[in-house]
Amino acid sequence: MRALAASTVERCKPALFLLGLYPLARWVWLGLNDGLTANPVEFLTRSAGTWTLVCLLVTLSVTPLRRLTGQPALVRLRRMCGLYTYFYACLHFLTWAWWDQGLDPAAMVGGVVQRPFIAVGFTAFPLLAPLALTSTRGWMRRLGRNWQRLHRLVYAVAVLAILHYWWHKAGKHDFAAVSVYAGVVALLLGWRIAAWLGRRGAVPAAGDAAAQALKDLR
Amino acid sequence: MIPRKPSDIAPSEITPESVWRSRRQWMLRAGAAAGLGLAGWPLAGARAAAADTALAARPNPDYTVMDKPTSFEDITSYNNYYEFGVDKGDPAEYASRLATRPWTLTIEGEVKQPRTFDIDALLKLAPMEERVYRLRCVEGWSMVIPWDGYSLSTLLKQVEPTGNAKYVEFVTALQPRNMPGVKYPVIDWPYVEGLRMDEAMHPLAMLVFGVYGKALPNQNGAPLRLAVPWKYGFKSAKSIVTIRLVEKQPTSAWMRAAPNEYGFYANVNPDVPHPRWSQATERRIGEGGLFTPKRKTLMFNGYAEQVASLYQGMDLARNY
Repeated sequence: MRALAASTVERCKPALFLLGLYPLARWVWLGLNDGLTANPVEFLTRSAGTWTLVCLLVTLSVTPLRRLTGQPALVRLRRMCGLYTYFYACLHFLTWAWWDQGLDPAAMVGGVVQRPFIAVGFTAFPLLAPLALTSTRGWMRRLGRNWQRLHRLVYAVAVLAILHYWWHKAGKHDFAAVSVYAGVVALLLGWRIAAWLGRRGAVPAAGDAAAQALKDLR
Repeated sequence: MIPRKPSDIAPSEITPESVWRSRRQWMLRAGAAAGLGLAGWPLAGARAAAADTALAARPNPDYTVMDKPTSFEDITSYNNYYEFGVDKGDPAEYASRLATRPWTLTIEGEVKQPRTFDIDALLKLAPMEERVYRLRCVEGWSMVIPWDGYSLSTLLKQVEPTGNAKYVEFVTALQPRNMPGVKYPVIDWPYVEGLRMDEAMHPLAMLVFGVYGKALPNQNGAPLRLAVPWKYGFKSAKSIVTIRLVEKQPTSAWMRAAPNEYGFYANVNPDVPHPRWSQATERRIGEGGLFTPKRKTLMFNGYAEQVASLYQGMDLARNY
């Protein structure tokens, strides 16, 4: 299959942008149609969490997809996926902090201390901030090789997000949905480990995907 | 010693009787209209089922809290009934499969007159009362529910408990073919709950057959359940098939599933946190909008005046 031109992928961006707004539009629609359940705060908090995870998995799929399909230009969609992950993570945090906790610092600290799953979420959320902040081309250039090192934090965030979700469901032994997400994360991170092992000992510079990404963007 | 706290409800917040009585009339009419299936997409089935049987219940003002009742829609769509799935919406979706007729309730154990009652006999055993109780879930949300039924003690007196009857064990229905949730070992099925004898004989402990003047919808525990308003909601067992009077403290399903998290008493207590979250506040379902703050949880869910004496001298932090 012929490799897609960068300009072709660029043209998909507006569509991806609209797609990323779908969860938000759905909440508004449900809100106007009495569809937010008897406990809207709980529903919106959980829904925002779910969509954060979905965006995160989509972001993590970009690199394997590029390699497996031989379409390096797909990297041009990755930043928007990552930024949507952060956007929904912010909403997830805000719904909890504002609507559930009433922005009461004592209550929030209590939640973090008493509930390990909240502590894990609280660890993952700030880790996303530097990734969103340094997602611009300028920061990529400025950080050079360190850009990719920094952005490997997303792997830790993925593991923490699964742990956050897993522990949240542990009280009811309700692991059906979270197992599926955990399986996808295992697959996506497992693929990277396998690829890394395959590259080891081959070309020494082959691991430098950041340089490659920069080249793709130019 | 149990600290007696002043009530958190200011006199200004109490609705005058004439107002709440007329509101109640309005609510009943609104509920009846809803029962005919006039609106709403997810609950058409639940409403249709609930519209079948009306229960003639007389309001009992002695057991009526002044809080605004939660809507029938919320009461019947946001449920914990794990036999039908652990999501709040699962019971409303799947509980129509529960077979509620024929239904018998067996009372056995430390009683002089062990008996099996048919549900129709239980419905006629005593006059139906409407009591508006608060319900506080251990998860941190609450409702205000107009239940229809009578005191559990009315039934227990029928079978003449012996002197050895110190506790009451409630065993609930297990219908694996009708209950999609029991495939999963969330707890050890069937769901079992228990009360101390004096708790069970307290007039507030209620045997419930209906809500909003209609037979209980399946997702709320048809055809009969408990309402023990000063304890967390999970103590109020649903769809009861056996009541056993026993000498030793029964082990409830939740005590077996998570002994470090759930004790036998499970009294509502804002000062004793669940191991994984605070119990100081609660979200009142249907109250206000997204920015409405949570309410402060009341000791014994606001029923301290009636029930605190049952626990005199007990350390409630240890007997949680």
